[in-house]
Amino acid sequence: MSDYVKMWEDLGMDLETHDALCQVLPTAFGDVYLSQENRPEGMGFWDFVVSEIHGIRPSELIEAQKNGQKVFGTFCVYVPDEVVIAANGIVTGLCGGSQFWVPGGEKVLPKNTCPLIKASVGARLDRTCPFFRIADIYVGENTCDGKKKAYEILAEDVPMHVMDVPQMKRPEDIERWAHEIEIFAGVVEEQTGNKVTVEKLNEAIKIINNKRKALKRVYDARKADKLPISGKDALLMMQIAFFDDPVRCAEMCNKLADELEQRIADGVSVFPEGTKRILLTGTPLAIPNWKLHHIIETSGAAVVCEEMCTGTRYFENLVDEEQTTLEGQYKALAERYMKNNCACFTPNEGRIDDIIRLAKEYKVDGVIDVNLKFCSIYDTEGFFVERALKEAGIPVLGIETDYTDSDAEQLKTRVEAFIEMLG
Amino acid sequence: MYYIGIDIGSTGAKTAVLDEAGRIIDTFAQPTGWSSVDTAEAIRKTLVEKGFSPEEGKVVSTGYGRVAVPFSDKTVTEITCHAKGATRIFDDSDICVIDIGGQDTKIILVEDGFVKDFVMNDKCSAGTGRFLEVMANTLAMRPDELCTLAKSGGNTSISSLCTVFAESEVISLIGRGEKKENIAFGVVDSIVKKVAIQAKRIYRPGVRAVLTGGLCECDYICEALSKELKTEVTTLPEARFAGAIGAALLAM
Repeated sequence: MSDYVKMWEDLGMDLETHDALCQVLPTAFGDVYLSQENRPEGMGFWDFVVSEIHGIRPSELIEAQKNGQKVFGTFCVYVPDEVVIAANGIVTGLCGGSQFWVPGGEKVLPKNTCPLIKASVGARLDRTCPFFRIADIYVGENTCDGKKKAYEILAEDVPMHVMDVPQMKRPEDIERWAHEIEIFAGVVEEQTGNKVTVEKLNEAIKIINNKRKALKRVYDARKADKLPISGKDALLMMQIAFFDDPVRCAEMCNKLADELEQRIADGVSVFPEGTKRILLTGTPLAIPNWKLHHIIETSGAAVVCEEMCTGTRYFENLVDEEQTTLEGQYKALAERYMKNNCACFTPNEGRIDDIIRLAKEYKVDGVIDVNLKFCSIYDTEGFFVERALKEAGIPVLGIETDYTDSDAEQLKTRVEAFIEMLG
Repeated sequence: MYYIGIDIGSTGAKTAVLDEAGRIIDTFAQPTGWSSVDTAEAIRKTLVEKGFSPEEGKVVSTGYGRVAVPFSDKTVTEITCHAKGATRIFDDSDICVIDIGGQDTKIILVEDGFVKDFVMNDKCSAGTGRFLEVMANTLAMRPDELCTLAKSGGNTSISSLCTVFAESEVISLIGRGEKKENIAFGVVDSIVKKVAIQAKRIYRPGVRAVLTGGLCECDYICEALSKELKTEVTTLPEARFAGAIGAALLAM
């Protein structure tokens, strides 16, 4: 990634510290990804993006900024990309998936904050994430207490807009979320200098729906008895979807889906017959958090689905494309986004239904409920998740972990024992 | 033909040998030391001396050092092995196995001889053999002595779950002149409470509870666990070898 040094310098990044990250990532990627056999050719695109993760997309974003476009950094699948795109803005995900950034976050946050929040804040404050340097504005949301307060800290350093996500799902909450989206549209218009019109928003809704459909096609291929793609590869596609241009993302996912569908027709699988099928549910897996997928897939099982924000929650449910007024569109957006089942809602039975439905659709042998350490809402909800799965006769293993490797052996023992238990 | 099970735990390495009929013909234990590879080699030598050359038998290894046994034919996790071994030792296929190991505690629910569910402690050493070992060291005793002494103590509790903090708590109790048996009571009580909380996550009343692992020679642990779980927790001397016996059974 050496061609980008000048760009990183211009972004005001801490080059020395950032270099340390650039040095470890290729090794980690090689060990976890390139060691896999018979990968789909279509993964070449994502391999390339990872190899230049802090270079290629950031340089595109900077080019776009030169042409007057504004970049919105987001943290959560609740923030509607459609509104930003309608105003000719660009949405990007932000760094937050590595232990590398955690100590930076711990300088200002309590230790018992989840690693995702600590890493995000650390990546910004330590100036080691180009996306966190590029974005013109950051859009947060109050999906947990840790984030809420972390955004206040970030707001001292960057322009920040926080969306108020309702904590229940009554009709009035959906109304309220539609209103929040309208307020957000105002912020977007002000930031970009462009109007959000019915036509533009409709176009944007279609763009994001197409991206959702393409991601879903890849996921659907994982329902096949003979798995054409590893869980790790599917996860990589999903993680990068948060950063990529949505049109290109859809195009690449569709291309990959074509190949996977051909593999299914040809009976090509990346796992031996009888490999146990695992559904992961829980907190998000931000890039480059591949820890649990790697442990599972080197212990004789395959991850076939993720009921996570970096998974089905990102693409399930489409936004109605038939609305003819902004009001109707905001309502349609609100309805779609409120179908996301985050543990910040009470009650959140929809998530339990989703897990059981997905377990059947993807024909899983067992479910692993994985939560980031100190995420109390998901951890607590684990009680219902595990009980419901046991009642449904689906084996379940609960795991709490962070970004460090210090518990890798313990996790491996647990995961292997779980797989042995599946018979 | 014989079947060998090797369980290299964090503290102790246990070996069991079964004959063709599945009878236990030998068991032996040694400290794991600092190198699982060296321990595996020492086990191999002992096996050869005893006339059970690993090359001529089938070997399954388990425990944290399971991958460090170059002569094993297969590795299986200690969860599956403990379940299998306990089923055999206690001659019961529906049991709840409580294994207090050196660095982790496992509660395994066994139904029809198969693992139905299990829980393990997280990275923290509270409620494990290590906790007991550290506290025994502080009191200049052997772990089994501490366990026995605990029976005659009472009225003391160690509130820190963290081993490091608990150690300083024990030191201040010593400084205050607290009786040794009372401190021992507090230490065992702390482990038992932690294990019981874990066990209650999956334990179903009516299921027979058994104790395996390094602490099963200490009657008082069973007694205290029984009280805490409100069910009789039993053990047998061989239960210390449950993992190794289970591994040997899985080699068959």
